[in-house]
Amino acid sequence: MNNSLKNKITDQVFKYFAILSTMFGLVVLAIFLADILNQGLSRIDWSFITSLPSRFPEKSGILTALTGTVWIFVLTALISIPIGVAAGIYLEEYGKKTRLANILEINIANLAGVPSIIYGILGLEIFVRTMGLGGSLLAGSFTLSLLILPIIIVATRESIRAVPKTIKEASFALGATKWQTIWSQILPASAGNIITGIILALSRAIGETAPLIVIGALAYVPFVATSPMDEFSVLPMQIFNWISRPQKGFIINAASAIIVLLVFVFIMNGIAVYFRYRTQKKMKW
Amino acid sequence: MEEKKNKYKIETRNISVYYDHKKVLTNVSIQIEPNSVTAFIGPSGCGKSTFLRLFNRMNDYIEGFRKEGDVFIDNKNIYNKRTNVEELRKAVGMVFQKPNPFPKSIYENVAYGLRIQGINKKNTLDEVVEKSLKKAVLWDEVKDDLKNPALALSGGQQQRLCIARALAVEPSVILMDEPASALDPISTSKIEDLIHELKKKYTILIVTHNMHQAGRVSENTGFFYLGELVEFGNTKQIFTNPANEKTENYITGRFG
Repeated sequence: MNNSLKNKITDQVFKYFAILSTMFGLVVLAIFLADILNQGLSRIDWSFITSLPSRFPEKSGILTALTGTVWIFVLTALISIPIGVAAGIYLEEYGKKTRLANILEINIANLAGVPSIIYGILGLEIFVRTMGLGGSLLAGSFTLSLLILPIIIVATRESIRAVPKTIKEASFALGATKWQTIWSQILPASAGNIITGIILALSRAIGETAPLIVIGALAYVPFVATSPMDEFSVLPMQIFNWISRPQKGFIINAASAIIVLLVFVFIMNGIAVYFRYRTQKKMKW
Repeated sequence: MEEKKNKYKIETRNISVYYDHKKVLTNVSIQIEPNSVTAFIGPSGCGKSTFLRLFNRMNDYIEGFRKEGDVFIDNKNIYNKRTNVEELRKAVGMVFQKPNPFPKSIYENVAYGLRIQGINKKNTLDEVVEKSLKKAVLWDEVKDDLKNPALALSGGQQQRLCIARALAVEPSVILMDEPASALDPISTSKIEDLIHELKKKYTILIVTHNMHQAGRVSENTGFFYLGELVEFGNTKQIFTNPANEKTENYITGRFG
């Protein structure tokens, strides 16, 4: 067999392997979605969304869990976005490239890989006990912020690094200060990528269960949270709780809650994609 | 220390530059008169760009940068601790090797230098944008498309936009780092005509690889080799009757 034939076969084999791999992911996702929709779609109605949890599956709703998820989403975004983006800017633009900075950089990247339950234990010790926040929305949001800060910081740094150096030089050469250069040139040029990083991070945060179990989020909360200091539940907690019940009705409820959570994530991502599109349209590349 | 007053626009005294331990410029002393064009030529890596970037302190951002000696502009030591670097850069504009417009509209590119100074009045901005684009001989080509992206312009237009952008903050010195090296011959000749025009009001320092260009646009030329200013003087004389053998070899194309 000559070489060019061998190369051709390798080429084809790899192509089909790549197609199969892609299909595998899509098929599994499709089966999962079909199963969830099949089980849960019939249960979703207005009363499912507006009812408090109950010990009867058909009377149970997700009102507290859904409002908890919205609260957590908003609070976590408010805490983590400014801190994460500012830290990313500092590390990329202000921090001197010393050995300490190197160690810091490696550690931040590693933190993104720490199991989330570890953050739960940290949050329990610092926010719940030491700061006395209890099992509140605020404690949960701080804990989840810790969890996603490394992702936001790394995304911010990489987006800033992708802005051509020549733009920075041009701005400095016109007498702009560092802050002016960052604010009016670097951030607008990198905003699209930074926003993408933030979406991924926040999507992860609202899907988390483990750290919230550790800090004491409840599965059964018979009231709607009205302040950041209230106790709370979130959709993943509710789903986890329902799935571990023996009654068939709760399993169906869990499937319905999964659909609601998916829709929530899709809507949030959609909004973020829209903002990204708008900032990129304003940039005249 | 008393700073000696003299008629020169720019003066360096025994300036040496190091990047970490590597010496890239050695004892360069030079005097430049106002409203003149001075060209710096020499092979790649000879230190001419580093030298140019001393005058608006762009080298400050390079890690390991260190200098000895002094640089004066308008008799002021610009490496003084009291020097306001942002103010200095308003007085000493720069045009880079590759056109580097901001990813914004043509209008906003020119207005940026004023906006960062807090000038946002529409009338003032409109006026300055028009005036600067006219000075850079770009106005007629873009006056109807000021809202269009700057990056949609051709390379030569982009470079003239960058010149307009630099002119908008009313500098007295303009540094040009191989401003035409990325451009086609027609755009290059437009830039050179522009340099002739600008010389009346500004002091221009230009680094170039193109010796014909140095001959065409400048009154004085400095030849750098291995970090030293080998020869500095009247352009005609340097090109027709260089005093130093290295200069002659470079100009006649024997190396570089």
